[in-house]
Amino acid sequence: MRLPLEWLHEYCRPALDTSALADRLDLTGTKVEAILRHGVGSPDAFVVGRVVEAAGHPDADRLSVCRVDVGGGELAQIVCGAPNVAAGQTVAVARPGAVMPDGSELGRATLRGVESEGMILAEDELGIGTDHSGIVVLDGEADGVAPGTPLVEVLAIATDVLELEITPNRPDCLGVYGVGREVHAATGAPLQPPPWADDPGSEGPVEGVQVVVEDPELCPRFTARLFEDVSIGPSPPWLKARLMAAGQRPINNVVDITNYVMLLTAQPLHAFDFDRVVEGRLLVRAARAGDQVETLDGEVRTLHPGSVVIDDGDGPTSIAGIMGGARSEVSPATTRVLMEAATWNGPNIKRTSVRMGLRSEASARFEKQLQPESTLEAQAVAARLMVELCGARLAPGTVDVGGAGPPPARIPLRERRVSELLGAEIPRARSAEILDSLGFGVDETQGALEAAVPHWRRVDVYREVDLVEEVARIDGFDRLPATLPSRPDAGGRLEPVQRAGRRIEDLLAGAGVLQVAGWSFQAPDVGDRLRLGPDDPRRRTVRMRNPLSEDQSEMRPLLLGSLLDAARHNAARDVDDLRLFEIGAVYLAGDGELPDQPQHVGALLVGRVRPPTWRDPEPPRADFFAAKGILSALLDGLRVEWAVAAAPEPFLHPGRAAAVSVAGETVGWVGEVHPLVARAWDLEGVAAFELDLDAVAARAAEQVASYRELTDFPPVRQDLAVVVGEDVPAAQVVEVVRRAGGPLLETARIFDVYRGAQVGEGRVSLALALQFRAPDRTLTEDEVAELRRAIGAALREELGGELRG
Amino acid sequence: MLERIATLRREAEAAIAAAGSSAELEELRVRHLGRRAELPNLLRGVRDLPPEERGPVGQAANQARQALEGLIERRAAELDATELDARLSADRVDVTLPGDPAPPVGRLHLLTATRREIEDVFLGLGFDVAEGPEIESVYYNFDALNHPPDHPAREETDTFYVSDDVVLRTHTSPVQVRAMEAHPPPLYIIVPGRVFRPDSDATHTPQFHQVEGLAVDEDVTMADLQGTLLAFARAVFGNERQVRLRPHNFPFTEPSVEVDVSCFRCRDGFMPDGSRCRICKGSTWLEILGAGMVDPNVFEHVREHGYDPDRVQGFAFGLGIERVAMLKHEVSDLRLFYDNDVRFLEQFG
Repeated sequence: MRLPLEWLHEYCRPALDTSALADRLDLTGTKVEAILRHGVGSPDAFVVGRVVEAAGHPDADRLSVCRVDVGGGELAQIVCGAPNVAAGQTVAVARPGAVMPDGSELGRATLRGVESEGMILAEDELGIGTDHSGIVVLDGEADGVAPGTPLVEVLAIATDVLELEITPNRPDCLGVYGVGREVHAATGAPLQPPPWADDPGSEGPVEGVQVVVEDPELCPRFTARLFEDVSIGPSPPWLKARLMAAGQRPINNVVDITNYVMLLTAQPLHAFDFDRVVEGRLLVRAARAGDQVETLDGEVRTLHPGSVVIDDGDGPTSIAGIMGGARSEVSPATTRVLMEAATWNGPNIKRTSVRMGLRSEASARFEKQLQPESTLEAQAVAARLMVELCGARLAPGTVDVGGAGPPPARIPLRERRVSELLGAEIPRARSAEILDSLGFGVDETQGALEAAVPHWRRVDVYREVDLVEEVARIDGFDRLPATLPSRPDAGGRLEPVQRAGRRIEDLLAGAGVLQVAGWSFQAPDVGDRLRLGPDDPRRRTVRMRNPLSEDQSEMRPLLLGSLLDAARHNAARDVDDLRLFEIGAVYLAGDGELPDQPQHVGALLVGRVRPPTWRDPEPPRADFFAAKGILSALLDGLRVEWAVAAAPEPFLHPGRAAAVSVAGETVGWVGEVHPLVARAWDLEGVAAFELDLDAVAARAAEQVASYRELTDFPPVRQDLAVVVGEDVPAAQVVEVVRRAGGPLLETARIFDVYRGAQVGEGRVSLALALQFRAPDRTLTEDEVAELRRAIGAALREELGGELRG
Repeated sequence: MLERIATLRREAEAAIAAAGSSAELEELRVRHLGRRAELPNLLRGVRDLPPEERGPVGQAANQARQALEGLIERRAAELDATELDARLSADRVDVTLPGDPAPPVGRLHLLTATRREIEDVFLGLGFDVAEGPEIESVYYNFDALNHPPDHPAREETDTFYVSDDVVLRTHTSPVQVRAMEAHPPPLYIIVPGRVFRPDSDATHTPQFHQVEGLAVDEDVTMADLQGTLLAFARAVFGNERQVRLRPHNFPFTEPSVEVDVSCFRCRDGFMPDGSRCRICKGSTWLEILGAGMVDPNVFEHVREHGYDPDRVQGFAFGLGIERVAMLKHEVSDLRLFYDNDVRFLEQFG
């Protein structure tokens, strides 16, 4: 909403400069987005002039050489190109040095050999209109004004304009007078009576006009007045100037009046050419499928069922609250105007305007739910202007379907409640003063304060707490102290699971992995690109009904896709070696009210696992074991019991894929990404893992380490090589060794894997480094030999293994 | 005989002193002290001497042997040191070649780092951290937060819908009601998390992150809100910061405010070089969050959980994690947070 201060000052003129006023409005709830300057740059250089003489230019047919009284007895010679210039006119003159609205500076000029000391101005040159066909002739405005008078005293050729952000609960502030009331409350500057205080209109039916409202829910009030003998023409300069400053183009007097009244009162109006309202009757009804209206902008628009249409005897003639129809548009030939001011259902208008992609100044106001009372306020202002500016005759009566809203609510305000909520005292007298300045009826009898809510605050003020807000914001939050809650039991902490979540991030970052933040959204083809089978549970994605784009229409069922997206983004920028991890929710449609949305942690490696150097020019590339290494850093770091077992995933290399379990529960997968999946993201050689973070963190959170005694008794280290069938997992070999070695076997670690002729087809040799130790004594060779025999026997019996060497 | 011993000793001493390498020294040791050398043989032959000579000759030969042995040992040490020096001097590297890189450094995403920074401030102020679902029911996202049925935020232009009753949460505020259902007052929580709105341009991404705050007790006031946010602003943006509350309008708070923090980059809107501050654009204030006193209508939804609006009151606030991170670290484009360009990721965390 653009608020020209020149216009505001007609109703409230605070003794503050523009930026101080803007600050005050900001701090009382009317946010100032910007301070703009409208009009000419140097008002002093613009004066009222009187054309004393206008003669033809000796060398140019279209130019006149004028002698213009610019005050102080000075006659300025000004060359003018306007066809309408004539002696005796009172005109607007820019003197040399004037800064025009476009920022250019006017100098002395010589036009076809004749010197010109300034310029007689057209309205576009003053920023008060768009017309350039002739100069502005000041008739009414400059009556009795002496030449040389600063033009700004006659016309609003320069004003500061505040660009305001009005919150949706305050549609009353979408009009100049409503903001004026706020300025009054915020600054204490006096507020002039409202422009509608004096209504030339009357009640009762209007002859020849019939209005029927089918659904009062959609149209709580519909008012109309009839004007006859209307002469359509341009609006006077003062009105055009205000419209221009407020950001509206002048059209003609009737249309300008509707805009002007809307900008002043916040209530939009619509003017029908009454002679083109067939049968003189209007019907307000819900639109039906197939209804069409040709709107003012010449478009034929099809209405959605649910929007509201106004019919005349010939069918739809206007889209209620959004835009009028071309059929009943006011034209230069119009002589009878039916002025409509109605109250529409705000949400309905919003829906209609969004669906039609048609938003107007009117719909922007209606959608915030205006109140029925403001219709007649607007009618009053419009009636006066129609009579004054269009020479119109107001027909007796006012069509009024629906009537005023409910009587004002009366709400008590307790002084104690104010201080309890705010933590600071505001005296009752001050509260009363504030509420009164905002237009509330204030009753202070019996030591209590009761406020009657004015109609324009009906929607957002209905409880005591709402009054507290009004009082507090005008009194100023800047007067509140800054305190902390007084709490005997204060103390915030992270839950163990939350601490484990942080630990997981720290472990991965500590392992050299960069954290990414991917999109929760994915394209519908990600399931196919990940080769998920038709029955894969991760096919049960959550879809949005109204996605921004098809590419972001589903919620991701796993993190792998967004990790691959991040890898591709970087690979496309020639970063080939990547170690990335992400923590975030994944989403799976389930049977409950809400989808399953566990947090996952995933990591992805591509390219070389460490940077090549002159000593290590060919470091290994990401593969299963590189991913498992990071996984180990994570899970060992959390001190949870974990294991992997070969298990396929559709998006993984079938021979290099495993399920990950923690404390016996499967929590995710690790493996090399299937080459075709990697290729779908323009990558190759990708390894990854993904775990259910909630499950892992829950296990990690349970861990409370108990101290194990340190011992100085020496360990005994031995190597052991065993040949087993190729299909025997190494983990199983270690498991058998550990069990057979018992508590004296401190560690058992695989340090070599060998396949070849020496061990036979289908067999593999695993070399283990064993370390035995007793906490309370030095182990003897016999004891160790006995354990080693037991281990050998167990390997033989359980796994068919043979010890080598 | 004694003379011969002296001669042998002299010769050997001279040779040892002149030895130029460990190998030469070893050769001298064998020549002078080895099994076939003269001096040891003299010693071994002592018992064949007349008894009166045995003493002096044996003593002299023994002294000579010990002296030579000591001499060889010292000379060996000298030669070792010299030879090590020579070996090391020959073993030169180009010290200007690059060193081995340390294991790669991982980083937390700027969103994580900022979220933790905010969490830690409020943990210190006595708030717990709560979480809630990102796909949320219309009830928690709108109804229980006092959004009238026709509130514009509910429109499909402003909210992602999964079904009529389920949305992608548009704010972290639904956790207010979930937390109040789960815990009786007093309740002091913050709620970090991901939220969604259908907007996409340089200043909006369809997903972003918020931290909700909620403090409910019998006597929590608007002044407490101001003090809490002041403590937050100072912890995150510096000790000299001020905050100011500007009236605003939200469905679930009353009174409602927008909160500005004084600019931490400039003085009175200008940089030391006289240019206008890019961060606050000369206004000296930065808008950082929305807040207010919990609307009694919200408490009505959890009245049976101990939140009688006549007995409890509280404040709530919601701030954008991206917003805080962008201000503090001068990130120019919101979309950088989700591009995951490693050149961006490596700058933070």
